[in-house]
Amino acid sequence: MTNPTLTWNVVRDASEVLEYHFMVNALLAGTIVAVMAGLLGWLMVLRAQTFAGHTLAMMAFPGATGAALIGVAAAWGYFAFCGVGALMIGWLAGGRTRSWSEQSAGIGAVQALALALGFLFVSLYGGVLGDLENLLFGTFLGVSDGQVLTLAAVAAGSLLALAALGRPLLFASIDPDLAGARGVPVRGLSIVFLGLLGLAVAATSQVTGVLLVFALLVAPAATAQVLTPRPGLSLVLTVAIGIAIVWLGLGIAYFSAYPAGFYVASIAFALYMLARVWVWARGTYASRRRASSGPEQPEMGVIDVAPPEGVIA
Amino acid sequence: MLSQEFMRNALLAGTFVALACGVSGWFVVLRAQVFAGDALSHVAFPGALAAAAAGIDERVGLFAATVLVGSGIGLLGLGGGRTRRSGGSAAQDTAIGIVFTFVLGLGVFFLTLFGTSAGGGAGIQAAHTLFGSIYGLGGGEARMAAAVALAATVGTLAIARPLLFVSLAADVAAARGVPARALSIGFLALLGVVAAGATQAVGALLLLGLLTGPAAAAHRLTGRPYVGIALAGALAVGAMWGGLALSDAVPRLPPSTVIVALAVGMYATAALVDMWTRRRPRRSKARGETMSSTPSPSVDATTTIAT
Repeated sequence: MTNPTLTWNVVRDASEVLEYHFMVNALLAGTIVAVMAGLLGWLMVLRAQTFAGHTLAMMAFPGATGAALIGVAAAWGYFAFCGVGALMIGWLAGGRTRSWSEQSAGIGAVQALALALGFLFVSLYGGVLGDLENLLFGTFLGVSDGQVLTLAAVAAGSLLALAALGRPLLFASIDPDLAGARGVPVRGLSIVFLGLLGLAVAATSQVTGVLLVFALLVAPAATAQVLTPRPGLSLVLTVAIGIAIVWLGLGIAYFSAYPAGFYVASIAFALYMLARVWVWARGTYASRRRASSGPEQPEMGVIDVAPPEGVIA
Repeated sequence: MLSQEFMRNALLAGTFVALACGVSGWFVVLRAQVFAGDALSHVAFPGALAAAAAGIDERVGLFAATVLVGSGIGLLGLGGGRTRRSGGSAAQDTAIGIVFTFVLGLGVFFLTLFGTSAGGGAGIQAAHTLFGSIYGLGGGEARMAAAVALAATVGTLAIARPLLFVSLAADVAAARGVPARALSIGFLALLGVVAAGATQAVGALLLLGLLTGPAAAAHRLTGRPYVGIALAGALAVGAMWGGLALSDAVPRLPPSTVIVALAVGMYATAALVDMWTRRRPRRSKARGETMSSTPSPSVDATTTIAT
């Protein structure tokens, strides 16, 4: 590979990218991650658990350093810390009497403790943590065939679980009080969801790094939920936007000197801002028309879902 | 312990940084803006890297980034004052997540720029900015951190009364002519100053512990606002002193870890105490006694806003 340059012939550029096995693997991994992160991120945005998702991502730090300290693979430490974190946050966020401010304080405390532990592990480990940068900002060039298979298996498993839990989970996300009254196990679902979210975060951080997981977890879902209030359509849009972000980001990164995480985050942000501007422009246009003619337009950007029927346990 | 100069510097900077974190943290917890504070502490890192890449003083980039993003969050109305239910917080949470991911993405970009211009030190530089080193502060740095933190504390206390009003009863405050949006922006800008100042002392990622732990503990222990603010400041300073003393006694323990562990431990203890004291009157009520001593779980809005 000698200094690939971007030409105006898009087809030629694309075929050049696909000639390399590592790029094919990166794109495959990115696509799997985009689908999984899109679907779980959609629910996360709906449940307003972005801070919890960020905290789960931060669990990678004590996980990876703790695993390095006792000499096992980083993934094991990561999953252990993620599991404990999901349990703690689920327990903190579960009580219905707790106020929003107490929840956010509790999640913040969990994250602070995790980071402090990670720092303790680093200093006990003593050595320089060489791949800190990769952990934080991701690397996609070294994705092996085995890793792609693992990612696919993890994604398939969690999406199956999501499909099985989908209806009660959606119900509990939209109206926890009503769902609880109908006998839906709201707190149990919340913990299971956070566990699945932890898996998605772990998978996403393989591509974007721990600090930039939101580029694929939050941005596509937020963009789609800004664009349409219909849940089915916005789910499809979320996955499509996520895949587009990954392909564009990886494609441009191949032709440039800067890391993929930067492009993925920037494209995700740009798409979100474009959607906001588009909805705002459409809103002002519609209100101007309404002022002159009269018919009511439904307000955009609000998820409007009726509680699903038939979820009585 | 006080014979070494680095320890005196650490104590000077640490005390005031902790005070600022405790006092502003009380409002952060009240306004459910922990995520915003967390985002600001992450933003300090790209700011410092951008300054390093451009070849100017790191602190300029640090303060510029946190204050800009802080006011930006406030300006977009993302910071909001709605604390009770998730309704208003949902959109604001998402927007904070997107904004700070983008800024961190820029951070990667600057990291690469910086890394190519200064050799392999980029990763270590990143670790240094993220975790700070309280024992590495020089005399001048410590005095500056203390002065900035003190100024931020005074600033927060100066707007405490109207900010409290806006945080607890946004509609009533707006009707009374309190400039809610300006206060919200001003508070987040102040929080940016606190975050940037604390970044140097305890590191960007560990700021969160000092901001959250003591303040959340104070919220659990008392419902009276000014007592709570004072308690949060005192607890934060206590965590800082205890952490410094412990890490001095056991050199293997990094100070940041001990400080954050103490701060979070205070919250856990306060939550347990709160649960215990709340459970007891309930039992005595079942036996038919009075429950006049029950502490109010949330801030008592009426007593503070009257007068």
